[in-house]
Amino acid sequence: MTGGPARIEDGPLLCGRGRFLDDTDPLPGTLVAAVVRSPHPHAHVRGIDLSRALAHPGVTAVIGPDEVTAALRPFPLSVRTPMPYYPTGTDRVRYVGEPVAVVIATDRYTAEDAAELVEVRYEPLPAVLDTREALEDDAPRLHGEADSNVATDRTFHFGPIEEEFAAAARVVRGEYTFPRYSSVPMECYSVVAEWRDEEDGPAVEAWANFHGPFTMVPVVAGALGLPVSRFRLHVPADIGGSFGIKSAVYPYVTLMALASKHAGRPVRWTEDRTEHLLASSSGADRAMAFEAAVDGDGRVRALRVDLVDNVGAYLRPPEPSTLYRCFGNLTGAYRIGAVELRARAVVTNKAPTGLNRGFGGQQLYFGLERLMDAVAAACDLDPAEARRRNLIGADAFPYRTPSGGVYDSGDYPRAFELALSQVDYPALRARQVEARGRGEFYGIGIAAVVDPSGTNIGYVGLATPAADRASGRGKSGSTEHVRVSVDAQGVVTALLGSVPQGQGHATVARQIVADQLGLPTTSVRVVIDMDTATTPWTVTSGSYSSRFAPLVTSALVEATDRIAATIRTAAGVLLDAKAETLELAGGEVHDPASGQSVAFRHAAGLVHWDPGALPPGAPASLYAEAAFSPPQAQGPTEDDQINSSLCYGFVAEVVAVRIDPLTLEIRIEQVSSVHDAGTILNPQLLDGQVHGALVHGLGGALYEEFRYADSGQPTSATFMDYLCPTAAEADFPLVSSHLETPSPFTRLGAKGCGEGSSMSMPVAIANAVADALAPAGVEITSLPLHGSLLHDLLSARTSDRGVF
Amino acid sequence: MKAAPFAYVRPTTVGDAVSELVDADGDAKVLAGGQSLVPVLAMRLARPAILVDIGAVDGLSSLRRIGDTVEIGAAVRQRRVERDDLTTSVPLLRMALPWVGHRELRSRGTVCGSLAHADPAAELPAVACCLRAELDVVGPDGARTVPALEFFIGAMTTVVGPAEVLVAARFPVADRGEGFGFAELARRHGDFALAGVATRVALDDAGAVREAVLCAFGVSDRPVRRDVTDLLTDDEAALREALEPVATALVDTAGDAHGSAGYRRRLLTVLAARELIAARRRAEEAR
Repeated sequence: MTGGPARIEDGPLLCGRGRFLDDTDPLPGTLVAAVVRSPHPHAHVRGIDLSRALAHPGVTAVIGPDEVTAALRPFPLSVRTPMPYYPTGTDRVRYVGEPVAVVIATDRYTAEDAAELVEVRYEPLPAVLDTREALEDDAPRLHGEADSNVATDRTFHFGPIEEEFAAAARVVRGEYTFPRYSSVPMECYSVVAEWRDEEDGPAVEAWANFHGPFTMVPVVAGALGLPVSRFRLHVPADIGGSFGIKSAVYPYVTLMALASKHAGRPVRWTEDRTEHLLASSSGADRAMAFEAAVDGDGRVRALRVDLVDNVGAYLRPPEPSTLYRCFGNLTGAYRIGAVELRARAVVTNKAPTGLNRGFGGQQLYFGLERLMDAVAAACDLDPAEARRRNLIGADAFPYRTPSGGVYDSGDYPRAFELALSQVDYPALRARQVEARGRGEFYGIGIAAVVDPSGTNIGYVGLATPAADRASGRGKSGSTEHVRVSVDAQGVVTALLGSVPQGQGHATVARQIVADQLGLPTTSVRVVIDMDTATTPWTVTSGSYSSRFAPLVTSALVEATDRIAATIRTAAGVLLDAKAETLELAGGEVHDPASGQSVAFRHAAGLVHWDPGALPPGAPASLYAEAAFSPPQAQGPTEDDQINSSLCYGFVAEVVAVRIDPLTLEIRIEQVSSVHDAGTILNPQLLDGQVHGALVHGLGGALYEEFRYADSGQPTSATFMDYLCPTAAEADFPLVSSHLETPSPFTRLGAKGCGEGSSMSMPVAIANAVADALAPAGVEITSLPLHGSLLHDLLSARTSDRGVF
Repeated sequence: MKAAPFAYVRPTTVGDAVSELVDADGDAKVLAGGQSLVPVLAMRLARPAILVDIGAVDGLSSLRRIGDTVEIGAAVRQRRVERDDLTTSVPLLRMALPWVGHRELRSRGTVCGSLAHADPAAELPAVACCLRAELDVVGPDGARTVPALEFFIGAMTTVVGPAEVLVAARFPVADRGEGFGFAELARRHGDFALAGVATRVALDDAGAVREAVLCAFGVSDRPVRRDVTDLLTDDEAALREALEPVATALVDTAGDAHGSAGYRRRLLTVLAARELIAARRRAEEAR
C-alpha cells in the first residue's frame, strides 16, 4: 500500500485549470453582493436607512437587520444559552466587521459604492476583549438576556483527583495564554445562492466552498426555516485551502440566500482579503491554568485543567467544540490516572472563532507541554527524562484515558526516543553548554502529543450536563459515506463526500480503489464535487478532524469489497469457476485452480450487458455504497466520559533555537519530527501534511496573531500586520521520520495525519525559546514570540538604562 | 476592496501631466508603478478624482550617467536599477534595492515612486538622504531641484506640491575611498523595516576617516541622518556603546506590536555599529 503516484490534482492546478467557485457561473444572471460591516466593536444599532443605497443606479436590493430578523431564525446553538446568533447584527453589533447590511447590485464596484450609502446610527457601548476580563462581574455584557459573558461552564472529574493531590510530593502549576490565529487559506470565502419560491414552498440552492462539518447543513436550514431537503448545497471540486477556516462560511450562505430572496435573482458574494482577516474565522484564543500532582519520581499522578476559550462575540456553531475536541486525550501522551477539567467559553467583542487545523490541540498542548517542562524543572530532571518517565508504555494499548479516550495503537517511547536520537539530543545539549559559555542564548524544546483524528460527534453533547441531555436525542458517531461504481467498460468511479480543500483525496482514493480491485490507477476515476442532492452524505461528513485517512478510506474498502464480490461472481460465470476462490490482480480476475484469467472489464461487462447469465439470486449491481460507522464512536456516558476521536496518532518534536544576543532574532537551528499516523497510505502526501503543519505551527509560534487595540479595533486586518511565514521563514533544517503502528479500528490501519505538528510545533518552539532564555530568568507563557517581545521581557528584568 | 470611481489619464509629456494635475485642483494622484497606490485605492483609503499615469511620459524612462551622478527617471522600475550595470557606480543603491519589498513588487515599483510615497520605513528615501541625492520636481511654475534632506518633511509627506511631479532623482557615484553599508531588520524578509540603517564612510588619501554618516529609517517620521565621524572606531562593542545615545535620540516613534520603541533603539544601535564598520572596511578596499 505504500508508494504511489504524484498527485493527480497538481497538473490542472499548476496549469491554471483549477475551477474554484469564483471561476464558475452556475446560475447565469447572478447579481453581486457587498457586505456593510460594523466599524464599532460594540454598539446599539439605533436606526438604519437603506434608501440612499437602494436608489443608487445598478442596485437591486438592500437588506439590513430588519429583513434578517423578519425572515430568519437564530442559528441553532450547541448549548442552551440565550446568546442568539444571526448572520448580521440585529439590535446590536458586537465586533468590528460584523455584517449589518447587504447591498445587491450588478457588480462588485457598484455594490461597494452603494454600501457606502447605507446609513447606520450606532450608539457605542463599552467593549471587552480580554478573556479573563470578560469573566469579571462588572465586565461589559454582550448579550442582554444572558446573565454573564460565560456561554458555557462545565466541570468534570475523572479518577481520584483529591487523593492524588493530597499525596503528591509536589504540585506544579502554570498559567498560560494561547493566541488567536488562522491558517489564512489562499482562496477566501465564496458563495452563490438562489432563493426560489416553488409550488410546494420555498427552496434554496447554493454553492459554497464549504467543507463541513455537514452538521452545519441542518443549522443553515434551521435558520432559513426550511427542511434540510429543501436546502441543496453544491461544493466545487477545487477549494483553495481552508484548514478548517472555511467551515464558517455557512452564515454567509444563509445571508446570501436571504439576499437572493429580496433581489429575486441569484446572488454571488466573494469575500475579499480585508473581510477575511477582519471577520471570517480563526482558532479560539485561550486562557488556561494547569496543576500537576507529581510524585517523588517525577511522575504526574493527576492533572487539574482550567480552560477558558475566547470565542468572540457569539458561540457560533460548532463552538464550543474547541474545548471538547481533545476531551478524550486531555492527558496527552502520559499515563495520568486522574484529571479534573473546568471548561468555559466566554464571549467578547472579537470576531467569532471556529475550526483551525489542530482544533483545540495547539491550545491544550501549549499548556500541557509547558507544564511538563515546569515539572522537569521542579524535579531537576532533563525535559526529555521527565517525559520519558510519564509516557504511556507500548504494551498499554488499547489504552483507556480517565476521560474516556481509547488510544487505539502506538509506541510512544520508541517514537519519542527516535525524535531525540535522530538529531543527537545529547550533542544538542552539549552545544547549548558551549553557547551559554559564550554568553549566547541557545535552547532546546520538546513536545510529545497525541494527535486525535476522526472526531466522534458525541463530544458536542458534553457542553450540556448529562441530566439535561434528552434521551433518544443523543449524538454519537463518525460516519463517512462513499459510492463506488463500475461502468460497462470496467472503469471504476469513486464518489466521495469528503470535500477536500487541496489535500489530494482523489490521488489517495484512486490508489486505494485500484489496489483493492487489482486495477491500474488509470482504470479508476474519483469524483469529489459535492452535491447534497446526489452525493451520499450525513451530518458528520466533511473535511475536518483529519477524517479522510481513517474513515473515508475504510468506507472505500467496504464498498470495493462488495464490488469485488460482484466482479468475482461474474468472472466465475466466464471462467466456470467458484467465485470466492478468484483473485483480482493486474486488471484481471484469475482462477488459481485452472490458471485461467478473464479481464476485469469483461466481468464488469457481463454484469451490465448479460445479467441473465449470473447465478440465480446474485445481485447485478456494480454500484456499492458504504457508510463506515465505527462502533468505537459512542455517545458520552452518564458520567461524561467519551472517546472523542476514533484514532489517536502520536507526534514527537525536538526544536533547537539560537537567539541572537544583540538583535534577539530567533533562529530555528534544527527540527526533529516523528509522526505515527498508523499505516502510511501515501508517503509523499503524508510528508506534505507534516511540512505544512510544521510551518503552520511556526506561524503560531513566531508570527501570526489577530490582535486588537484596547478600543476593540483589530490591528492585524491586512497582510502587512498579520504575518504569515513565507518560504524565507520556513528554511529550518528538518529531520522527519515516521513510525507505523496500524490502528485496529480502521480498515487499512491508517489514522489521520493532517494536523499533528500544528498541535505540537507551537509549544515545541516555545519550550526551546524558554530554555534558551532560562538563564536570563525570563518566563514564556504566551505566543507569538519575536525579538521585540523578548527585548521587552529582558529589559523588564534590568534597571539598566541602556538600550540593551 | 474595489476602488471608488476615478478618472484616468495617460499623458505623454511632463507638461501635459502637470496640466492634468493643475486642472484636478489637488484631487489627483500620480501613478507610476502603483505598488503602494493601487492597494490604497482598492481599500478606499485614498479616493482621488483622477489618476495621472506617468508611465508613457516621454523621457521619464531614462536611466543614465550624468557627470558624477546616476539619474533615474520617474518611470524607471526598481528591478531595472537593481540589475543595470550602470548602477554599480552607486553601491549603496545596489545594496538597498534587494530589501525593497519582493522581486515581484520591484519589477513594477519605481525608485522615484518610493521616494515620492515617503514611507518612513522605506529603504530608498534613506539611501537618498545618506548620499545627499538631488530630486528634480516639475510643476506649473517650472522645474526645481530639491536636496534629498529637504525633500522629506513627515510621514508620507514631501515638499512635492499637489500640481507637481517628481521627474527624476540623481544619486552621486561612489568616489575613491568611499565605502557603504546597509542593513535592516523586519519580522519577515520583505516587510517594512522595524529599524534600518544606511551608512557611508569616506577616507582621505592617507586612509584617515574623513567622514562617517548613518541614515536611519523605520524609527521616525522620515529618514534621519547623523554625522558620526567622531565616534567611529574599529571595536564594534565600543562603537555600539558610543552609538547608544545617537540611537536613543534618533528613535522617535511610539512603536507598535512588531517593534517597541525600545527594541527599535536596540536594533538601530546594533545595525549602525555593524554597518559603519562594514562601510569602513569597504572604504579601505576602495582606496
